[in-house]
Amino acid sequence: MSIIQKTASEQLALLNSGELTSVELTQAYLNQIEQIDGQVGAFLRVETESALAQAAAIDQKRATGAPLGKLAGLPVAIKDILCTKDTPTTCGSRMLENFEPPYNATVVEKLLAADAVILGRTNMDEFAMGSSTENSAYQTTQNPWDTTRIPGGSSGGAAACVSADMAPLSVGTDTGGSIRQPAALCGCVGLKPTYGRVSRYGLIAFASSLDQIGPLARTVEDTALLLEVLAGHDPLDSTSVNQPTPAYSETVNQPLENLTLGVVDRHFGEGIDPEIEAAVQAAIQVYESLGATIKHIEMPHADYGIATYYIIAPCEASSNLARYDGAHYGYRTDQAEVVAELAEDGSDEGPLVRMYRKSRSEGFGEEVQRRIMLGTYALSEGYYDAFYLKALKVRRLIRQDYDAAFEQVDMIIGPVTANPAFAQGEKTSDPMAMYLEDLYTVTANLAGIAGISLPCGFTSGGLPVGLQLQAAPFQEEKLLRAAQMYQAATDFHTRRPELS
Amino acid sequence: MSLTRQDVEKVALLARLKFDEDALDKMTDHMVQIIQYVDKLSELDTEDVQPMAHALDIHNALADDEPRPSLPREEALKNAPKRDDECFRVPAVLGE
Amino acid sequence: MSEFSYEIVIGLEVHVQLKTKTKLFCRCRTEFGNPPNTQTCPVCLGMPGSLPVMNKKAYFLGMRTALALNCGIPKFTKWDRKNYFYPDLPKGYQTSQFDLPMSEEGYLDIKSTKDEFEPRRVRIIRAHLEEDAGKSMHDEAAGKGDSRIDLNRTGTPLLEIVSYPDMRSAAEAKAYMQELRLLLTYLDVSDCNMQEGSLRCDANVNLHITTDDGVIATPIVEIKNMNSFRSVERGIEYEAKRQYDVWQETGKVLGELPKQTRGWDDSAQVTRSQREKEESADYRYFPCPDLVPVIVTDQQIDEVRQEIGELPSALRERLQNEFGLTIYSADVIVNQGLSLVEYYLELAAAAGDNKLAGNWVQGEVLRILNDQEIEIEDFPIDAGRLAELLQLIQTGDLDSSKAKDVFAAMLTSESSAADVVKELGIEKVDEGALEALCQVLVERNQRIVDDVKSGNEKAVGALIGQAKKENPNVNPGQVRQICLEIINNL
Ligand SMILES: [Zn+2]
Repeated sequence: MSIIQKTASEQLALLNSGELTSVELTQAYLNQIEQIDGQVGAFLRVETESALAQAAAIDQKRATGAPLGKLAGLPVAIKDILCTKDTPTTCGSRMLENFEPPYNATVVEKLLAADAVILGRTNMDEFAMGSSTENSAYQTTQNPWDTTRIPGGSSGGAAACVSADMAPLSVGTDTGGSIRQPAALCGCVGLKPTYGRVSRYGLIAFASSLDQIGPLARTVEDTALLLEVLAGHDPLDSTSVNQPTPAYSETVNQPLENLTLGVVDRHFGEGIDPEIEAAVQAAIQVYESLGATIKHIEMPHADYGIATYYIIAPCEASSNLARYDGAHYGYRTDQAEVVAELAEDGSDEGPLVRMYRKSRSEGFGEEVQRRIMLGTYALSEGYYDAFYLKALKVRRLIRQDYDAAFEQVDMIIGPVTANPAFAQGEKTSDPMAMYLEDLYTVTANLAGIAGISLPCGFTSGGLPVGLQLQAAPFQEEKLLRAAQMYQAATDFHTRRPELS
Repeated sequence: MSLTRQDVEKVALLARLKFDEDALDKMTDHMVQIIQYVDKLSELDTEDVQPMAHALDIHNALADDEPRPSLPREEALKNAPKRDDECFRVPAVLGE
Repeated sequence: MSEFSYEIVIGLEVHVQLKTKTKLFCRCRTEFGNPPNTQTCPVCLGMPGSLPVMNKKAYFLGMRTALALNCGIPKFTKWDRKNYFYPDLPKGYQTSQFDLPMSEEGYLDIKSTKDEFEPRRVRIIRAHLEEDAGKSMHDEAAGKGDSRIDLNRTGTPLLEIVSYPDMRSAAEAKAYMQELRLLLTYLDVSDCNMQEGSLRCDANVNLHITTDDGVIATPIVEIKNMNSFRSVERGIEYEAKRQYDVWQETGKVLGELPKQTRGWDDSAQVTRSQREKEESADYRYFPCPDLVPVIVTDQQIDEVRQEIGELPSALRERLQNEFGLTIYSADVIVNQGLSLVEYYLELAAAAGDNKLAGNWVQGEVLRILNDQEIEIEDFPIDAGRLAELLQLIQTGDLDSSKAKDVFAAMLTSESSAADVVKELGIEKVDEGALEALCQVLVERNQRIVDDVKSGNEKAVGALIGQAKKENPNVNPGQVRQICLEIINNL
């Protein structure tokens, strides 16, 4: 078994015992990226030099016996949405093509403090808006299990790089399913923490009340290890919750006794791929065989999740993305063209307003513009109550559904997606079809609860299927332990895509 | 709920976006479709429901009034599309 | 067209820069006048990914002000985004408060000492917190029509105080601004420097004109850029006349025209229409998802209430009722600020004569402060030293003109009043000696005696002059009194 096929936890043990250096490990991943990322397109930028320099510094530190961080020497891939000082951070957008933040996101600081090696920046849907990573302004990312298919999104690069052994650990973000859905479609583990568990400072905002940073890895253990580093209160984020971070990696292997899992019958039947249904039902049986009790529960408002989400997220986005106007940073259209255009069409618009409009229409892709338009409309005079306010109320109902469910069960078990990875281009012209991809994932974001996706099987065509567990706020520790129970009893997470 | 091309044009100005004729048609089509879909929320009676703007019920995140260093000006200005030694530059702000 | 009488209706929106060290949502400093763009960070630059954290001090300074304005403090308040594009607003929205402001429904009483208007209670709709914008400077020469943007001021905490349209004249508006500024100074919540923009005022003005067919209202105009009390007064006066003329010309009334914004041009002394926006404003307010609500307890509100000292209106009443000062004197002293009031109170207590202390503070002390352009804190004679001087006046040891000489000398020395009296060689003249002197003078000047006897009392002045030559320490008042008595008894 090559070193890159080992789990991060195994690699860490080797690093600590001196059998492996971080430089060797980092180089092995750089080689793998070199060999196969041409087919996958997971990385927007690979930071070869700085990664090797960091690895060497950590090896040095380890040799001197200095205290080491929790990820000392382990490579980590970062979604290109997390601000990193003086390093291009594009958010998958032309708008930020040349943008180099003057500061580090809190999670980047935490990774550096944990002595992680930053391998590079992963591809994503522009501003995290999408479910296929096809909305990246730079490149598409292919599903490592079938490169004609999408890897999911928006953290498509983050999931694909882990599943193709190009990084042992990867950091993504989840606003409506953007970690869990690509993790499911690429056959890896992805966790969306409780809202407020991980600092959003330096995460380029899409929808601030829904966005959350989370870990992706091949195993639940590795996911626990990375979450432990990412989580924690941050005074720079007012919505970050002041709660101690449990030692997830130390408890993850302790099975839960008397586990009660809730099954929502509406998740199955019409609309779901029978192979996915079968895989998820089989996973439920695994839990039963492990002693879990299964309860059937109702989530009466779950069907309204997508509608609620596609009002709230665009509303927040329309405001969050107003700052990209070509004035202080980011893309600005050619000023001479603005003047010429104004002269030509005889509009009474001032040069400043036209500069804004042209810069934004040229700098943003179609999906981003669509969501800005939707949000602007839904917040505008006369529509606020019918759309935005209404959605906030339904959001409360959805949260109440969850609260009621967690009175009866420890976790909710179900599918992550209704279908396996679809073909590139299949849904790009039908935004509504793309939006429905998030059916099973958006409600966790709306309610602010935690959710995890883990491999639970394959379709007959060899595409991975994901299993979703959802838990009440701040129950990540139990969520990881429950996921690990399943993973210890199955071997889907050990399979590898075949890439030459 | 109906949404016309003119409405979309107005929203585009509000959002500081600009579409050519084809893009405007397409945007109108898509927005109509999506708005029809999200309008399913009107089925629900939410009369007595408190709106939920935040995912979690937290409050009073207040910081002490203690200065921290600002960025060096060069750092603040370095991403500017147009600038001089001291300031960001934008096309003329008229009217004031 | 015939002339009709009208009433001016004025509501003011005042923006007060709160006296914090750091900005409302980041910890950059709020100093005025630093080189452009040296006081910014990712948060106030609106950088992608940056997040705001509310300044605790700003919230409590806001609450202190709101309480002093008799506002109610809701237990729950939240932050909203006001969305619009402008280059001095890097996030594309201003963080402000919309439907649940931090305070509501208060008032401020205004009075005129010159009887320009009847006392009035101006009601306050709300006072809420929001962030300031940066500055855009138009630089025709240097930049081919570019505007230059300085974001140092971006994010400075502002308290916006919105009044009801309760004022009925420019003088009232000016008085409201002056009284508000005084209150803010007493509260120590703002520098209140109108030139530096730490106190700014926009006025909503229209007219209620009594026509033959009843009362009509003209369209409301918002006047901006009034950067001094005088411009508030002049701007509103100008605008009232302008609206009347426009109404006579066009007949347009409220509701027939959209609300217009006009800027006050102080050099030309006119209001000018500011370029109409391309679109009617639609700010799409919604709750800021990056900031969490503030919830306060009764106890916290009480604590802030305790911090508030005696305010101008209460002090004026106390100086009149307890200290026997005239309305005018009380006003003059209170309007100078809390430090002068404290000086007065200390002086009155030590001197034991409230009115005499009032006259001296309002007269000599204020004159020196104005002449030397200094604050009472820098005034060289502390209240204790001045009280000694006042006591010498009360005992008759000094007449008022001598006292002024002593006062002048005390300004440049640290000696006590008694020592200065000695240094200047001022001695109290013995009563018997004074009477003897007067007797001699009367005998020496028969012509003057005749003049006085024939009814010209003023003639006695010449005797005072002669007395002073004989003995510079004589009290002119006393000389006059004694001489008149002697003459009348002849
Ligand atoms: Zn700042």
